[in-house]
Amino acid sequence: MSLALFALLVATGSFGAGLLGAVTGLGGGIVVVPMLTVLFHVDIRYAIGASLVSVIATSSGAASAYVREGYTNVRIGIFLEVATTVGALVGAAVANVVPTSALAVLFGVVLLYSAYRSLRGDKDTSAVPPPDPLGEKLRLNGSYPEAPGRIPYVVHRVRLGFGVMLFAGMLSALLGIGSGVVKVLAMDRAMRLPFKVSTTTSNFMIGVTAAASAGVYLHRGYIDPSIAFPVMLGVLVGAVLGARVLAGADVVWLRRVFTAVVCVLAVEMLYKGLTGGV
Amino acid sequence: MTSPSPRRSTPSTPSPNAEVGRPRTWSDHDVEQVIGRLLQAGVILASIVVVIGGTLLLARHGAEATAFSVFRGGSSHLRSVSATFVGAVHGEPGAIVQLGLVLLIATPVARVALTLAAFAAQRDRLYVAMTALVLTLLLIGLFS
Repeated sequence: MSLALFALLVATGSFGAGLLGAVTGLGGGIVVVPMLTVLFHVDIRYAIGASLVSVIATSSGAASAYVREGYTNVRIGIFLEVATTVGALVGAAVANVVPTSALAVLFGVVLLYSAYRSLRGDKDTSAVPPPDPLGEKLRLNGSYPEAPGRIPYVVHRVRLGFGVMLFAGMLSALLGIGSGVVKVLAMDRAMRLPFKVSTTTSNFMIGVTAAASAGVYLHRGYIDPSIAFPVMLGVLVGAVLGARVLAGADVVWLRRVFTAVVCVLAVEMLYKGLTGGV
Repeated sequence: MTSPSPRRSTPSTPSPNAEVGRPRTWSDHDVEQVIGRLLQAGVILASIVVVIGGTLLLARHGAEATAFSVFRGGSSHLRSVSATFVGAVHGEPGAIVQLGLVLLIATPVARVALTLAAFAAQRDRLYVAMTALVLTLLLIGLFS
């Protein structure tokens, strides 16, 4: 295949990755890695480098709109970034003593269960915990746009959310996965934030998480310009379009798309864990 | 570019700038606008550089067959930021793309730094401390 054709096809696929990544708050890596390795037979290390670029492009591209429109909760983002960055350092430190295959299987099972719970999400409103006083103290409560005005919300179970985020940071360091999925689940399930606030705040954070490991990947030569440039440009256009789609999108529909992606990721984790591919 | 967002009503929580005599500081809404603009500027700048490099790359090597199934990254000179910069100045297409990618990677880091400055302007000590910690850990990760 010629480089020109490769660039065209990869950019097209990456467009879809950026669109999906921006709308779900999961970043584009979930689509980019399998696309490059399975369809284009690119070495996994190059694919991981390109995936990192795609996550930062999705995050920054979509967040520029989400933040200004007032979906993203910047304070929650910073507060939880403390947990994910500390968790990532802990994960890197214990990487040699943790059985990653068993962890991948466990994570796969947790994801499947979360997907099931997330789909039922809007029905079990009776189980909503009381607002957390810590949310007021840390000024985490806010409001988000939903026609015709803004809807206020309060956060729940701040400590649990923070704890899950520590775990999210560790997982992404140990399993090499974008931690977007755990971020959305922590905000949606634990802290009971509105779904659009959860996904856009996750989208806001994943760029920082990815940038933290970018230095290492760059020095190892994982980032190749010929592969990364069509990925970056495709993902960016997709992410900017995705940010426009989100505003008018129905939450029920968003939840379904999110759950479908989580299920695919769960199966991938189970497969990797059971075949020892982590 | 995007439709004007509904202006956030007065801050829901009492903030220091509500006190009499204090100089007016940034509201959370102002911070959001500035962070959004910074992210947009970073992405646009990185894209322009990548488009220039990518176009040159395709013009020069577009017809060549790809061989990405073999990893050669370990010997690439584009693994260091300084070599990337030197290569880009000499008009090397791959290095120009890589420079754009470095700018893209720098965007979230700049965002955290700007957020730190914004919380400092708001005299929000708790969030200054949290953001400073995130920025420190981020820089450790980047340069270790």
